[in-house]
Amino acid sequence: MYLSLTSAGGNWVGLSNFFSTGRDFRFLPAFEHIAVYLSIWLVALVVLVLFLALMLHGGVRRTVPFFRLLFYLPGALAGAASVLVWLFMLDPQVSPWHFALSLFHFSSLDQTILPAHLPAIFAVIAFWTGAGGWILVMNGALNNISDEVIDSAKIDGANAWQLAVRVKLPLIKRWVVYMLILAFAAGTQLFVEPQLVGEASLGMVSTSWSPNQLAYYFATQNGNFNYAASISVDLLIVGLMTATVLVFRSKLFEIE
Amino acid sequence: MAQVTAQPAASQPATSASSAAAARVTRRRRRPPSRRVGALLAWFIVMLAFTAFFMVPVIWLLLAPTKTEHQLVFENPLAFGSFRTILHTWDQMYNFQAHELLEWLGNSARYSVGGVLLALACAVPAGYGLALTEFIGRKVLLGITLVVMIMPASALVLPLFLEMDLIHLSNSAWSVVLPFGFFPFGVYLSYIFFSSTIPKELLAAARVDGCSEWGVFRHVALPLARPIVALVGFFAFVSDWTNFFLPYVMFYDDRQYPLPVGLQYLIANTAAFNPLGASGNSPVEGPELAIATIVAIAPVFIVFLFAQRALVTGMLAGATKE
Repeated sequence: MYLSLTSAGGNWVGLSNFFSTGRDFRFLPAFEHIAVYLSIWLVALVVLVLFLALMLHGGVRRTVPFFRLLFYLPGALAGAASVLVWLFMLDPQVSPWHFALSLFHFSSLDQTILPAHLPAIFAVIAFWTGAGGWILVMNGALNNISDEVIDSAKIDGANAWQLAVRVKLPLIKRWVVYMLILAFAAGTQLFVEPQLVGEASLGMVSTSWSPNQLAYYFATQNGNFNYAASISVDLLIVGLMTATVLVFRSKLFEIE
Repeated sequence: MAQVTAQPAASQPATSASSAAAARVTRRRRRPPSRRVGALLAWFIVMLAFTAFFMVPVIWLLLAPTKTEHQLVFENPLAFGSFRTILHTWDQMYNFQAHELLEWLGNSARYSVGGVLLALACAVPAGYGLALTEFIGRKVLLGITLVVMIMPASALVLPLFLEMDLIHLSNSAWSVVLPFGFFPFGVYLSYIFFSSTIPKELLAAARVDGCSEWGVFRHVALPLARPIVALVGFFAFVSDWTNFFLPYVMFYDDRQYPLPVGLQYLIANTAAFNPLGASGNSPVEGPELAIATIVAIAPVFIVFLFAQRALVTGMLAGATKE
């Protein structure tokens, strides 16, 4: 905090570091990247997680633990490992998905990881590692709905679709909000994915793709800790704000 | 209602009035069997499609070390190579820069275990204190715990680096172990546990019997809290083991890296993805990278298989308040 408000010599410079970093040519693109990524990732997360959780809950009971476990196992590969695996998945030469990649006319790794595709790719990776855990949570929340509620809806003639959308969905709404806010806060902190894909792309992907990378770049390459600190503070404020909103405005964390 | 085995969500939105009426009478579905089978089939197809999405990469990863780089490119991606090739792949990876992979594994183990112990030592007593004692500022402290718990930890990485640099701890094991010890989620879990399961009267009784404050915690509360200690340890372990950003920033010596950062080093310095960045004739190619990845995830993977239930309990702990 202190560093973000001072210059390299330790003089108080107020907010000028924030303005300088804001004017840096890499600043806006980095935040744009994150915004695009977040919009894809959050929409996909909510739609697909709810879809799968409701499918599971309304489906063949005995198979549910099995599918749930399979969906959630990739979560063990969080972080660097997931990116590595997906680098292979996205390389048409070795990928088991090469038929899908060829639909998009990708014939080599450099074509798949063109900078314009990155937000979508990171969203896929994040979904692959993260969705299973959220499906578990939603499933747990759905199991908390009492059987009586569901039974009476059925007696009133609700079919599976109406049951899912009109009865179950409103009852787990606050969990969806919880998931959204956590995913949003975590999404702004993207670092390992662009960093690793950058390593593999032979310089095609900028080393300051995400704001966290930009801060890292300022700190290590330029030695400008003050700039780095000011970007960190930007991100910290975003994280703190979302967290505070969640804790104090929602009823999720009622303490006592 | 146990008879109703299938209620596919993929079925048509519209219900005919007659089937609704039938449902009201018997509480059982009266749909033409063909439609029910169709919906069931659709359900299974969708489920299997998503299973493929989630599992094929994992299966591929497990199979990759059985093949040579050549086979990896030219054979069916999900074919099995041979057991001999696994040994060869392992040898290649094992010998990379004088067993560096094992060093990374050791580092990961040291940092994670250190981090978990420190996190437990801080979080469990803190949760206990917040739950079972009264002091000024307790509510504020709880609120702060929740806020920092939800705030992503990576937002703090660079500020932490600057701090560590200031006290000359960067590039030492302490630079990651100390931040790992900061684990607000563990405080929160312990808080929930202590406040919901341990009655204050029990502690009061122990005090009457002449137990010191420390004795109450050590001999009464802690033995009761074993499940929560395990749960907090599990979450701390997983998050420490997979953490990338923090050690990546803290260490500049590649011998000090934990496994996730080691994987990044492999990508950057071997021929697998980076023909230009490779130093000399590097033996590390696709299959070697895959085996390194397997080594990196194996501990968490095993823990995950056994701890599914724990995960749900932990993540749902927020809202359910008995």
